[in-house]
Amino acid sequence: MSKVMVVTSGKGGVGKTTSSASLGAALAQRGQSVVLVDFDVGLRNLDLIMGAERRVVFDLVNVIQGDAKLPQALIRDKRLETLSLLPASQTRDKDALTEEGVGRVIDELKERFDWIICDSPAGIEKGATLAMRYADVAVVVTNPEVSSVRDSDRIIGMLDSKTRRAESGERIDKHLLLTRYDPARAARGEMMKVEDVLEILAVPLLGIVVESPDVLTASNMGAPVTLHNPASPAAQAYVDAARRLLGEDVPFAQPAARQQGLFSRLFGKKAAAA
Amino acid sequence: MAVDRVERQRRRDSAADIFDLPTVRLRGRNVLALVLAPEFPMSDWFTAFDRQLNAAPGFFADRPIVADLRPALSQGGQQAIGLVLDTLALRDLKLIGVEGVEARQLAGTPWERLATRLHGRDTAVETPEADPDAPSSTEADPEAEPAAAGQTSLLIDRPVRSGQSVVFAEGDVTVVGSVSSGAEVLAGGSIHIYGALRGRAIAGLRAGASARIFCRKLEAELVGVDQLYRTAENWGAGLHGRAVQVMCDRGSLRLSAFD
Repeated sequence: MSKVMVVTSGKGGVGKTTSSASLGAALAQRGQSVVLVDFDVGLRNLDLIMGAERRVVFDLVNVIQGDAKLPQALIRDKRLETLSLLPASQTRDKDALTEEGVGRVIDELKERFDWIICDSPAGIEKGATLAMRYADVAVVVTNPEVSSVRDSDRIIGMLDSKTRRAESGERIDKHLLLTRYDPARAARGEMMKVEDVLEILAVPLLGIVVESPDVLTASNMGAPVTLHNPASPAAQAYVDAARRLLGEDVPFAQPAARQQGLFSRLFGKKAAAA
Repeated sequence: MAVDRVERQRRRDSAADIFDLPTVRLRGRNVLALVLAPEFPMSDWFTAFDRQLNAAPGFFADRPIVADLRPALSQGGQQAIGLVLDTLALRDLKLIGVEGVEARQLAGTPWERLATRLHGRDTAVETPEADPDAPSSTEADPEAEPAAAGQTSLLIDRPVRSGQSVVFAEGDVTVVGSVSSGAEVLAGGSIHIYGALRGRAIAGLRAGASARIFCRKLEAELVGVDQLYRTAENWGAGLHGRAVQVMCDRGSLRLSAFD
């Protein structure tokens, strides 16, 4: 039974595309067949993060408009056999997407893949609403800052009202992925704490990805961090999140311990300097 | 929508009496007006409307009615305006105003005294027949909670998210969960929030000054009861995060903590 998962946030720049790529790769590494669908028509990025920008021939809009067949547009990842990409068009805009067309493509993808991961554009307009329209599962990517949290809250409201599932009276499975978290800054009160974000959004936590240069390096190299640097804390956080998506019970204790360690290290350094 | 009521005073003949005259007090009042938008074919529309009217005659009694003439005007032109208003008047409805036409289009007709520029916003209304397609049931926000027929209170069993607007003019609203920053709850009666109030809550659209707002944790942007309102910077930081009730007290808004 395949699952349609939207990765969304409302606000831009919080890490939707990075998280889509990393979660997709982590799921594929665990043997799932995964397709990443870039819904950011006009501002596509997922192909770059996946290192596939030179292999794009056809895209989502071509498939929706019938100019290409789905297998022609799908790009199979060179590192992971079970991971594919359906890129967005860079030369079109979101009006090229239709609800009916997106539904048709997603139905076709469901026949081929276990996970259809829809990388949503920022905002609450057509691109974002169509990316979430057919989702069974939603990953809400949030940074620990007030603007991101409020935008995520808005998106959660839309997930509960504007998706197919919500309209037919079912509930959509929502998960919170907290990214760019800096334990040291949170401890100093410069950043919202995990508990505060969870209290406001009232959505179960899928994972905490600590702010790290590994993520940026991986993106620039055209590889998800789970492939580029599997030992990094960020990669580990995505792997844990993917395991939770697969229903495994992965405790959160480890990242908390690491945060404390980092904080006390920092504190220790300061004490030594003084 | 607001209908200002002037308490009239008797006129005195002598200008010297001016200091003896009573003060004229102006009071604001919110009443719920029903908006009707008859459309062509008129015979069908009025047949359907008469059926509703007969099913629940009390529903329209003493309710101010606003006629939305946009459909009639666009489909039948100028002469349809008089036809619609005459036909509505035959049914003993309390017309207070019209929408979608200019005052000059009513000039010279028996209807020229009707208000053409009523301010107000659409709220949910239960129609006597629970007809989901009824045109009189419009929401200020498509995400707002629908009100089921016959209810006098609305229970919302999940958080009210940023950007959502819950408008329930018929009575009390209870939210089991939080009301987020950027969300709003408007109720005809009182508002009960079993969670944090971080957005806006406005109570007493219909009940007036007797309505109250209760919340487990006050982090609101704005609270209001019966036309009085206050923003977060106008209450003490000491109330922040506490369980609070908001009420009208001798013409001003009072916030007090429970604990």
